[in-house]
Amino acid sequence: MAAEIQHQRAGSSAIQEASPPRGFAHHRIAFVVMAALFALAPLVLYPVFMMKVMCFALFACAFNLLLGFGGLLSFGHAMFLGTAGYASAHAAKVWGLTPELAIVFATGCAALLAFATGLLAIRRQGIYFAMITLALAQLVFFFYLQAPFTHGEDGIQAVPRGRLFGLVDLSEPIAMYFLVYAIFIGGFLLIYRTVHSPFGQVLKAIRENESRAISLGYDTDRFKLLAYVLSGTIAGLAGGTKALVFQLATLTDAHWSISGEVVLMTLLGGMGTIFGPVVGAAIIVTMQNQLAQLGGWVTVVQGVIFVVCVLAFRRGVVGEIGHWLKKPL
Amino acid sequence: MDILGLPVQALFGQLLIGLINGSFYALLSLGLAVIFGLLNIINFTHGAQYMMGAFVAWFLLQYGVGYWWALLVAPLVVGATGIVIERLMIARLYKLDHLYGLLLTFGLALVIQGLFRQQFGSSGQPYPIPTALSGGQNLGFMFLPTYRGWVIAASLVVCLATWYVIERTKLGSYLRAATENPPLVQAFGINVPRMVTLTYGFGVALAAFAGVMAAPIYQVNPLMGENLIIVVFAVVVIGGMGSILGSILTGFGLGVVEGLTKVFYPEASNTVIFIVMAIVLLLKPAGLFGAQK
Repeated sequence: MAAEIQHQRAGSSAIQEASPPRGFAHHRIAFVVMAALFALAPLVLYPVFMMKVMCFALFACAFNLLLGFGGLLSFGHAMFLGTAGYASAHAAKVWGLTPELAIVFATGCAALLAFATGLLAIRRQGIYFAMITLALAQLVFFFYLQAPFTHGEDGIQAVPRGRLFGLVDLSEPIAMYFLVYAIFIGGFLLIYRTVHSPFGQVLKAIRENESRAISLGYDTDRFKLLAYVLSGTIAGLAGGTKALVFQLATLTDAHWSISGEVVLMTLLGGMGTIFGPVVGAAIIVTMQNQLAQLGGWVTVVQGVIFVVCVLAFRRGVVGEIGHWLKKPL
Repeated sequence: MDILGLPVQALFGQLLIGLINGSFYALLSLGLAVIFGLLNIINFTHGAQYMMGAFVAWFLLQYGVGYWWALLVAPLVVGATGIVIERLMIARLYKLDHLYGLLLTFGLALVIQGLFRQQFGSSGQPYPIPTALSGGQNLGFMFLPTYRGWVIAASLVVCLATWYVIERTKLGSYLRAATENPPLVQAFGINVPRMVTLTYGFGVALAAFAGVMAAPIYQVNPLMGENLIIVVFAVVVIGGMGSILGSILTGFGLGVVEGLTKVFYPEASNTVIFIVMAIVLLLKPAGLFGAQK
């Protein structure tokens, strides 16, 4: 069986062998196209909708850093989105912090939570890692359900967007849009840089063969913990921003179904690809908007997409395009 | 009469609820462990299949078929759907990373729970306690409803029977051998793929059995397995999936811990199992009964 897993992963190994020396050019082109599309999108699409797409895209990219490049499937990433959402909403509304400080505070909270839960979760591997992160996220969810500052089912409502650095009024949709845009592009580039750094290469080595990485002298637990914390922190950045966009922080963001959604976005877009999670997030958020009137059927459709992706479409949209172009995206 | 400043009635009442919950944890984590042992996948659909068991019992009741037949028929029906799922879908994933099995069964759980919720809404359907098991006994220190006593006894018997079959019979020895080294067992002329299929069917049937037993206690609700499965995952992490008896003990034990928490510190009763999991991970990462790889 091991040999066949190797075989299955041969595709992804080939990607890494091809990418470092040459082939950054098509990444650059794809990045410029993506950045331009998001910059021009508010001309034709609702800014709030596009801001939601960008928040979830950043969230999915953060998740993909852990799963696609570290091989660690977290089923509890909603806890970072939810925690950061509450933190930034509370900081902005109750403490009256400026938006940039609220987001920084929220990101810091997510980082601390990631450190604490990461220490526990990396003690087990593979399938157990997924179950532990899911259980820890459920623990966090019940905490928010009972804690007074979250206002239970109502959530923290009417969060002021405030003035960025005390200057720019973020209640202007276009100002808010370009703040989210800057955060999304910044987070995306940070993840891209991480994946292509020596750290990212070691992470891939651990994904492919942890024992071999250990025998080469790497303290793999430290690498895994760092990847987990980084992923949780960037997920928190997305969550903190999202709370300001919607001026709302609720239990929904901390619920396990969000953890499932981010897995779906990444799987559909293409695990272990650079641009896949962005495409996956755009598709899923659009689908939720379009199918909103169908109510509960959205869950069924998402489940079907999961099943189809796992059985027949494991490369995902971007993975398939990359395979077809023979250039990993 | 008080113990630690609490009325005895309340203490034993919660202990009983703990044992009931523990019965379900034990049955479900046992099924997960048996499936994981041979298929190497974590069956995320388990909670949905538990719910399906309860719904099959409820359907049967609409046609006048009572509890005792449901206890037999529902596991067979749901187990059969499990076999179809294994043959059509899960069997395609054995050569891939185990994570895909988790993702597939998660997707299936979303589909099944979503369909049932569309059909039946999220409010529960009542299911009466069978007449033979209604009423209760006064044990002097507490009142024991007969049905609750039956649930604890029946799940104990089913759990121990499963343990006996796997650990003490020839069929079980094939199963254990196939868990260790499938190609070798196949070389001895045993049809391992069929055994894998039947094992999945059996694990699913256990979940459905638990569902039928749960129907008269909780209402028959499309979402009844949704949060339960996450708690059962924590139970599995705490116990480790290496040992059958370990799964059973951990299931019942954690049910009791949860019941006692409801008495002493009700705010934490939702989360105590997750907290126990965190502590166990710190002290004994492989789980209480697991072997460190």
